[in-house]
Amino acid sequence: MYDVHTHRAETNVDDIKISANDVQVYYGDTHAIKDVSIEIEAKCVTAFIGPSGCGKSTFLRCLNRMNDTIDICRVEGQILLDEEDIYDKRVDPVQLRAKVGMVFQKPNPFPKSIYDNIAYGPRIHGLANSKADLDVIVEKSLRRGAIWDEVKDRLHAPGTGLSGGQQQRLCIARAVATEPEVLLMDEPCSALDPIATAQVEELIDELRQDYSVVIVTHSMQQAARVSQKTAFFHLGNLVEFGETGKIFTNPEDPRTESYITGRIG
Amino acid sequence: MTDASIHSPASGGKSSLLALDARTKRRNAAEARFRMYGISAVAAGVFFLVVLLGAILSNGVGAFQQTFLTVEVYLDPAKLDKKGQRDIADIKKVSTFGYTPLVQQGLFDQIEANGIETPLAKRKDMKALISASAAAQVRDFVIANPDRIGDKVEFRVLTSSRVDGYLKGRVTRESVARDKNIKPVHLDLVDSFTDLGIIKKEFNWSFITGADASESRAEQAGMGVSILGSFFMTLVVLALALPIGVAASIYLEEFAPQNRFTDLIEVNISNLAAVPSIVFGILGLAVFIQFAHLPQSAPLVGGLVLTLMTLPTIIISTRASLKSVPPSIRDAALGIGASKMQAVFHHVLPLAMPGILTGTIIGLAQALGETAPLLLIGMVGYIATNYPEGIASGFMDPNSAMPAQIYEWAKRADPAYYERAWGGIIILLVFLLTMNIIAIILRRRFERRW
Repeated sequence: MYDVHTHRAETNVDDIKISANDVQVYYGDTHAIKDVSIEIEAKCVTAFIGPSGCGKSTFLRCLNRMNDTIDICRVEGQILLDEEDIYDKRVDPVQLRAKVGMVFQKPNPFPKSIYDNIAYGPRIHGLANSKADLDVIVEKSLRRGAIWDEVKDRLHAPGTGLSGGQQQRLCIARAVATEPEVLLMDEPCSALDPIATAQVEELIDELRQDYSVVIVTHSMQQAARVSQKTAFFHLGNLVEFGETGKIFTNPEDPRTESYITGRIG
Repeated sequence: MTDASIHSPASGGKSSLLALDARTKRRNAAEARFRMYGISAVAAGVFFLVVLLGAILSNGVGAFQQTFLTVEVYLDPAKLDKKGQRDIADIKKVSTFGYTPLVQQGLFDQIEANGIETPLAKRKDMKALISASAAAQVRDFVIANPDRIGDKVEFRVLTSSRVDGYLKGRVTRESVARDKNIKPVHLDLVDSFTDLGIIKKEFNWSFITGADASESRAEQAGMGVSILGSFFMTLVVLALALPIGVAASIYLEEFAPQNRFTDLIEVNISNLAAVPSIVFGILGLAVFIQFAHLPQSAPLVGGLVLTLMTLPTIIISTRASLKSVPPSIRDAALGIGASKMQAVFHHVLPLAMPGILTGTIIGLAQALGETAPLLLIGMVGYIATNYPEGIASGFMDPNSAMPAQIYEWAKRADPAYYERAWGGIIILLVFLLTMNIIAIILRRRFERRW
């Protein structure tokens, strides 16, 4: 069902895709992220968990420099994507975001047709040379977003007319359409019902074959279900990071244990 | 204010749901009272609107009708072309004074032809009935058709404004008693002519298309030239205020950093929107006319002044509609690697378009109805019979504007001008209404594209 990516050479699951060293984030005078260092693997789902306001979304948004849009936000430290510093002066955030796609908490399709929602990214990045190319990309992306069968007969209907779960899968398909290497998901299921959540989770598991996925979630069950690695954030610190199974069964830090057993957060 | 209750159910024993307690009754009464206030406020508003529209219509509709008389004029060669050469230069030497007696004679002949009894025995007595514009009308015809000299030609000419007022009920026999221009015997003659169909009230196109006329020729005055003046002025406002306003708002809303300087600009834009329009007028006088030496009374200058006045309105409404576009749309675009500009122009702007257009058209309508700044740059005054000759002249030649024309008419002594001022207001309102309808249509059209 899913086309296999051919243009990437690395097959080693243990490859480091993103590596962050001593990252600090400030909102004005507030120190939101403190000394976070983490290594995110390629072709693996990494979950960020933690109580509200712990900085997990803020840190996620550092990975594709979405925080640049907030005037008072300041990022220090080093974040390497394939060993290139994404905060280097020479890096254009626009190019970076084509490589590091993002899916948001609330489904936010453009108020355009389903087709145009998917085609917009490839169009602005010049990925298609012809209408036929674009059609291929749209179909491939919608298939990868596991929504093709539901929308193939109404590609020119407005994307905003879909149900919440369909909209979110459309947004994932839209993010995939620009051929990113990393997909960032900021609580992608928090606005969805359980059935739509299950569909999106299944999709995330399939996306792991081609992409590095980083997902922020409030639901520990979700983290346990979809991720291979889990990072626990608390008050702006990265408390613990490791194999998901280990974090949930045998955490090292007492704060992690308190959180996953429901005592803080 | 009435429902701050910390009611404990245990306090007063068992209460029935079927009986309202005192607190609920008070609350319901307060709500009913508030509804009444609201309804009476709306009713008062509607009442005043109806009274206003009724007053405008009842006073102004008369201006759209004008009294004409049909008269056969003998284009006497002895008077109009003494040399008989039909040389256009010779014909032009005869001024309107030469034509006045011919027109009067034409009407005077009708008395005898129809056997009307009247004590008016002289040709000159007809002067009170005929507009001074009639002679000019006949002269223009003769200059355009010199070969018709010697013929009897039928003309439809304006009556004097007193006759017009008599047919519309503005001039009565009582009011005529104090009038030097017309006497009751004239009115008797008008009655006879009206019965014969020589004098008739008809729809008056030249009120909409014509130029202003002098104080003594109210019957000839029209809005046409000032409509053109308003049109050219609005073009200037549209061409300048829309791009400048939208560009400024997009920059301030989407690109500008949030700091003291942009805060200061924001505060000042809001303040400018509240500056009285006459202040913009004096600014325009100082900058555009005294400093830049642009021509006085020109629609270009009027448009520049109104642009200054309209810009804050457009900027404020554009920023409001940009702000109302959900930030998730910007995130979505940026998240798939659109640049800031692509996000704004591909996604935010189309969604904000209906609001921007509405704001712009309302700003334009405001500019169209503005009088005060025009007083200071001389765009109010007597502009008769000079239609602009082409586009450049439309922008640069002295002109008036609709509200300024209305103001000018309202100042004049002749009550016929009072009627025309109301009529002018009807035309102005029709323009404003049309613009608002266009705004609504554009809004619908763009919203349908989601």
